[in-house]
Amino acid sequence: MNQFFERRYVIGGIFITLTLILLGRLFYIQIIDDRYLLYANKNVIRQFIKYPARGPILDRNGITLVKNELVYDISVIPKQVKPFDTLEFCRLIGIDKAEFDKLFLKAIKYSPSLSSSFEKQLSPQLYASLQERMSEFQGFSVEEHPIRSYPDSVAAQFLGGIGEVNDATIAKYGGYYRLGDYIGTSGVEKAYETVLRGQRGVQNKMVDSRGIPKGSYANGAYDTLAVSGERLTSSLDITLQKLGEKLMKNKVGSIVAIEPSTGEILAFVSSPGYDPNLLVGHDRSTNYKTLATNPYKPFLVRPIQANYPPGSSFKPLSALIALQEGIITPQTTYNCPGYYMSGNRQVKCTHVHGIVNLSGAVAGSCNGYFSMVFQKLIDKNGPKLTDTTFNDWRNNVAKFGLGSRIGVDLPAERGGYLPKAALYDKMYKGARWRASTVLSLAIGQGELGATPLQLANIECTIANHGFYYTPHLIKGIGTKNIVKPEYLIKHDVSIDYQYFEPVIDGMQAVVENGTAIQSKIPGIIMCGKTGTAQNPHGENHSIFVAFAPRENPKIAIAVIVENSGEGAHWAAPIASFIVEKYLKGSISPRESGITPEHFMEANRLPEITTYSGNKATVKADSLKKLKLDSIRKKGLIKSASNKNKKDITIKYLAAIKRKDDE
Amino acid sequence: MSNPQRSFFFNVDWLTVFIYLALCTIGVLSIHSAVFDPKNPSIVDMDTNYGKQFIFVIISVVLGIFILLLESRFLSALAPTIYSVTTLLLLLVLIIGRNVGGNQAWISLPGGIRLQPAEFAKYATCLLLARYLSGTNIKVTEIKSFAIAAAIIFFPMLLILLQPDAGSTLVFSSLLFVLYREGLSPYFLILEGLFITLFVLTLKLNNMPLIIGVIIALTLVIVLLFKRNRQIITTVLLGAAILISFAFSVKFLYTSVLKPHQKTRIDIVLGITNDLRGKGYNVNQSKIAIGSGKLWGKGYMQGTQTKYSFVPEQSTDFIFCTVGEEFGFAGSVVVLGLYLLLVLRIIYIAERQRSPFSRIYAYGVGSVIFFHVVINIGMTIGIVPSIGIPLPLISYGGSSLLSFTLMIFTLIKLDSNRMVMIYA
Repeated sequence: MNQFFERRYVIGGIFITLTLILLGRLFYIQIIDDRYLLYANKNVIRQFIKYPARGPILDRNGITLVKNELVYDISVIPKQVKPFDTLEFCRLIGIDKAEFDKLFLKAIKYSPSLSSSFEKQLSPQLYASLQERMSEFQGFSVEEHPIRSYPDSVAAQFLGGIGEVNDATIAKYGGYYRLGDYIGTSGVEKAYETVLRGQRGVQNKMVDSRGIPKGSYANGAYDTLAVSGERLTSSLDITLQKLGEKLMKNKVGSIVAIEPSTGEILAFVSSPGYDPNLLVGHDRSTNYKTLATNPYKPFLVRPIQANYPPGSSFKPLSALIALQEGIITPQTTYNCPGYYMSGNRQVKCTHVHGIVNLSGAVAGSCNGYFSMVFQKLIDKNGPKLTDTTFNDWRNNVAKFGLGSRIGVDLPAERGGYLPKAALYDKMYKGARWRASTVLSLAIGQGELGATPLQLANIECTIANHGFYYTPHLIKGIGTKNIVKPEYLIKHDVSIDYQYFEPVIDGMQAVVENGTAIQSKIPGIIMCGKTGTAQNPHGENHSIFVAFAPRENPKIAIAVIVENSGEGAHWAAPIASFIVEKYLKGSISPRESGITPEHFMEANRLPEITTYSGNKATVKADSLKKLKLDSIRKKGLIKSASNKNKKDITIKYLAAIKRKDDE
Repeated sequence: MSNPQRSFFFNVDWLTVFIYLALCTIGVLSIHSAVFDPKNPSIVDMDTNYGKQFIFVIISVVLGIFILLLESRFLSALAPTIYSVTTLLLLLVLIIGRNVGGNQAWISLPGGIRLQPAEFAKYATCLLLARYLSGTNIKVTEIKSFAIAAAIIFFPMLLILLQPDAGSTLVFSSLLFVLYREGLSPYFLILEGLFITLFVLTLKLNNMPLIIGVIIALTLVIVLLFKRNRQIITTVLLGAAILISFAFSVKFLYTSVLKPHQKTRIDIVLGITNDLRGKGYNVNQSKIAIGSGKLWGKGYMQGTQTKYSFVPEQSTDFIFCTVGEEFGFAGSVVVLGLYLLLVLRIIYIAERQRSPFSRIYAYGVGSVIFFHVVINIGMTIGIVPSIGIPLPLISYGGSSLLSFTLMIFTLIKLDSNRMVMIYA
């Protein structure tokens, strides 16, 4: 004991105080502050993505159209990269130094410490040589990635493709996609992206401070398995599709074949096509550039994106509406002198048909008959109500699916064009216009535009005697083959059943002994209609629409061969081969002697200098028409004062209209 | 009064022994968890840190029992010899020492053993300080005695600073508590507290006019309040002068003397810089480890920060991370509680000694242990600059463990003879 005995309390007190300070700080960082647990997890938990297999796509008989194949993607974590032989690495993965620098910079920009994708889709062969030496390239890792593979190389535009997501896509989908992910960019791949993509799996692994995986986190409690994408069963018939693509080889145009009783699309040919395998794998970007710059625009999905004036193939529809409206009966006749006079306007006809009834007019494609019918129809309520009457007619046509997107399950469908009265009011700037002014609509010309899909759908409706199901390409989603509900809805076009028979009689006659007699199929009654679409840039487009057999129709079809003249010469034979193949399984020799081989070998590609693409054609067509109508209008106004000029105008018109007639 | 024949363990303070063993056990288990390698699961594998530490613990316990066999008088008499030997070793390490991580602190012995003389110097200094201060007519209040006592402390400090091992050097400053207990003016303690505050403020605020201004202002207030009391005025004026010169010397020390890495360490604790990937990485990861333990911890061997090497030096200086991460706040309280219990017990033991030698020695041991604990744990949670000193009995390291064992068991031995008067 000594005098400073009390000081032990001071020392003890200091010890206790400092201990409490430490405990207080520990309490704060361990209990109060939650950040540290997050940081610790961020340190140690790495998410490893397990990519699901994208759903395969089958044809209607279960034959694979698209499947998956493995390729190898290289990822890089820039921070973990140690000096290495860059040139050797470039050689192994087949890129040059400049490309390497570009890719590496991109990866650093994304994140120095996170894994980002570096080079993609190395073939199994390239990967084999790289794999042995991967240990030299620290920071780089290889992941296998399934890509799309097309065993039969068909239906490229229908199937579409997948591509890497870009920044805009990542932003648009709110973080679902990550850099390096794939997304359907066109065709069915895009339309059914959410079904096909499946669900990504996540494996949470613990890594040490050098990023080396050390085992699963929480025994995999937070891991999810990758769920493969759903299988899609398409309505396409691969044999029909292949035949169609062969027949359309070296031609520009479309084939759309639909099963009328369901709306299932059996063939969907857009020509020129391409091998979808070109757009996957390592050389995809080079191939893409080549295709994208092809003047025939193989990426244009013509069946749903190209607009054509339907021409004479429109006549059955015209007839049906007139019958329903009570303007004519099947017995209504017209004595065709080889032209039709509307006021002082003359519409030229192909022949002098003489007295024709409805069926005869359809079979003989009498322009005069349909001009007469159309004029009666539009003028039925007198000139003051032309607008209303016209719009009624227009709405009746629209019920067949014209003038707006039909709703096929593919992206970027176009709706064609079907004018409203307002257009003509605007065009003639308030001046009176009448049936005679827009008479070309009666025979499918003028301000009309329809996609091949719409044309085929009209045939479905006629085959069904008054209704259609929205055409679609996927008839079953997943193993349960679920059909989208909107494709089970019957669309009625409000035409009574009995009005179809006389029209169909006429259509049968077209093939039996009319314009398309060359395409008659032995043993099958095919009902069809030829057409020729005006093309101011070159030879006209050959159109044929049909359905078969007459009783209990199984297939409706529209074929368009651009720049090939009359429908009977090119579109009708091609359609007949498809129809026969579908109904009989084989193509028998024809009385007319035409063979599929002849059509497969024929080259109808327009010269590049004259070909301007269909989109431009339609626009130009409308413009032309607009001009034409204004000329006509002026002509009409001036006709009273200047007879000479009128004659010139009519001659000019006749020259233009020459190809209308069939 | 004593009867050494009765038993080796007669009068042994079992509580201290228990705490000692508890901390050693926590140490081996923590090291095991921190560096566990599933390929090598044996706890007595000499290739692993925990295997080695386990052997060190056994050697330490044997050494402890051996000390209990010695005579208390002998320990006192041996003090100058031990001090001389450690001094020699401290000199030797500067010549033939092995340089690890910039510190020339280890002497390599045959058989792969590495000796760290600085650890033993603490023990030696406690012993010699106790022996000197317990001498007759020695009073720390007298300038000569104070000077000699200070020299005993400063000499090893100087040698260790030459290695340079700043952490171990600073440990000796804890012996100020011993001098205080023996009669040194409390102003030294207050001054030390003020120094630390001023040190932090000087660097953190980096505004000398403000600091000096505040000191002068406070001094004037006190002078005006205690106009009558000349003694207080003198003290305060002297204090103010010392503080102002201290502030300037801190500034000078910081800008001109400290090495860049030391500056950085101080900067990180004071929050002046925040370089989490570079210099601040260690402390940041250590905080993450401890903070992520929450209340109950992640469970033994489940600490991701330590097991997967995010925390550096996870078996030596940052061993407390394992405790904090795997046993959470609860584990931290237990470990800190054990240390506090140990040092308070040592104070209690100190005060029951008849012999001043034993008392002074006990305060020395308690102060050194406590300084280690505060600095080490304070460093892992980022309130003390990163100074590499071990956590007593828990950190991996034979020299450190043996040195603390010597300190504690010498104390236990002295305590078992507490009624004996030991004359220097």
